[in-house]
Amino acid sequence: MKRNRLQGESPLSRVLNHVLLIFASFLAFGPFVWMFLTSIKTYEETIRIPLKFLPDVAQWNNYATISAKLNFPRLYLNTILVTIMAVLGQLLIVTLCAYAFARLRFPGKNVIFLGMLALMMIPGQIFTIPRFKLMVKLGLTNTLVGLALPNLFNIFGMFLMRQFFSTIPRELDEAARIDGCSFFRIYWNVLLPLVKPGLTTLAILTMLSTWKDLMWPLINNSDASKMTLAAGLAMLIGEHTTYYEQVMAGGVIAVLPLIVLFVIFQKQFVESIAHSGIKG
Amino acid sequence: MKQKSTHFNRLKRYEAGTAYLFVLPMLAGLLIFSIIPFVQNILYSFRKMGTFGEGTFVGLKNYRDLLQDETFWLALKNTFFYAIVGVPLVIILSIFFANLLNKNIRGRTIYRTLLYIPAITMPAAISILWRWILNYQYGIFNYFMEKLGLPRVSWLGDVKFVRWAIILVLVWSMVSYYTIIMLAAMQGIDRSYYEAARIDGATNRQLFFKITLPLLGPMIFFSMIMVTIGILQIFDFIYLMVDRDTLPYTYSMSLVTYFYECAFNKSSMRGYGAAISVVLAVIIMIITIIQMVVKKYWIKTEE
Repeated sequence: MKRNRLQGESPLSRVLNHVLLIFASFLAFGPFVWMFLTSIKTYEETIRIPLKFLPDVAQWNNYATISAKLNFPRLYLNTILVTIMAVLGQLLIVTLCAYAFARLRFPGKNVIFLGMLALMMIPGQIFTIPRFKLMVKLGLTNTLVGLALPNLFNIFGMFLMRQFFSTIPRELDEAARIDGCSFFRIYWNVLLPLVKPGLTTLAILTMLSTWKDLMWPLINNSDASKMTLAAGLAMLIGEHTTYYEQVMAGGVIAVLPLIVLFVIFQKQFVESIAHSGIKG
Repeated sequence: MKQKSTHFNRLKRYEAGTAYLFVLPMLAGLLIFSIIPFVQNILYSFRKMGTFGEGTFVGLKNYRDLLQDETFWLALKNTFFYAIVGVPLVIILSIFFANLLNKNIRGRTIYRTLLYIPAITMPAAISILWRWILNYQYGIFNYFMEKLGLPRVSWLGDVKFVRWAIILVLVWSMVSYYTIIMLAAMQGIDRSYYEAARIDGATNRQLFFKITLPLLGPMIFFSMIMVTIGILQIFDFIYLMVDRDTLPYTYSMSLVTYFYECAFNKSSMRGYGAAISVVLAVIIMIITIIQMVVKKYWIKTEE
């Protein structure tokens, strides 16, 4: 009773909260329910007027039809491989750089730091044309490496990891120095294990951005067998848009695994996204 | 004494050397994939360039053409429209929902999960989904419109409405993401403020406006910058929701969409596309700098 008074929730306002949240949940999640319901209808059911909410019989074969048109296992594999390359590459390059900025003293540190800050402010489109020409020159168009490579040098990730390193007491480094550890050993054996939450954040944010990115895969890879999921879905539009039950089945295949992953690892996802708002 | 100082210097040099070695991969990558491309792109914007080759130098012609190009002005106008309408909506709604989720009510875990799902979904999937929802004849959106006694609207096919359809989907997906960020910031506020205010007899309204909102200030400000920059670069939803080579596509086009079309879909306009990306970068940097100056000023007056 006392707790309720402190929370200050009258029964009426509690009901109002629920009503608002149910409405919000409906707005946020309802479209996905609609995607699923459409995906198990027949074509006739999708275009029936007046609109029909549920199919008479669930048409699971829509999933087989769309899978015959779009190689989803391949698309998934490609997306996962690009994500792994981007995450591992960053783990080496970005965190090493972040360690140097968090812990080591060197001439020019501030200048380089400010330069990176300025570079981060520049919108990505300005690099796109020359990067593509570079990929053509290197023969990396239509390759997965070509998709991951430009994303390895993540300045935001560097600032993020630097932040994580600086939360760890310096006494640890000093103790390790006295024991004769090299800087690399301090970084690798002492500090990296302690910034695991940071590494998780970096990995999840990298995964989300790789997963969501559309323009670069569209530009760099035109070969259907080298597409990521997002670029593959883009191909559904135009070619098959008349058959929305199939397109929606494709949509379900594309979003469901990540939704499941999100429900399982919600805490990590939410913390990572919250970190993307911490800088500034 | 002298020997000690050389030893110290050697240590310092060793530390600096190691540091350079550690930042080298990152700097090399940035040089190859960002700094050199940045310079190249600016040079390209002074050239007439096609899909292949380096083209020919044309001076400021691309920029002069931009000034005469109605599609460019339309894209610029649309982009600002998305930002001016979208930013306040995203910020206000995400604070509103985060505040609802911040209360200690039954089932909030489920509410949170459902509200967060759009944030982690890829724009490509969101686009095909909303294309279907907003379909003129069979879309469920128009179904509800009619139920409410409103006329059917060709959301993605009518030049009057297409930008609002884009705003709708843009806000829908971004609110979800920023609700997560706002809620995290709200949870960082010390509970004792609320308890103290409660004891002094403050109402819910007062708690929100006198404690939550002011303490959220810096996060709101930072989010405004991020949302603005994000919306100014809108591409996916327009590209995938509106049929290309139609009038509504032109009428909903953003700067980035126009950049993409020029640089990668038209055979001889790559230099022109480069010029568009330079203009976009200048706009974004000006806005970022204005916002940062405002922030500095704002913090000063608050002290």
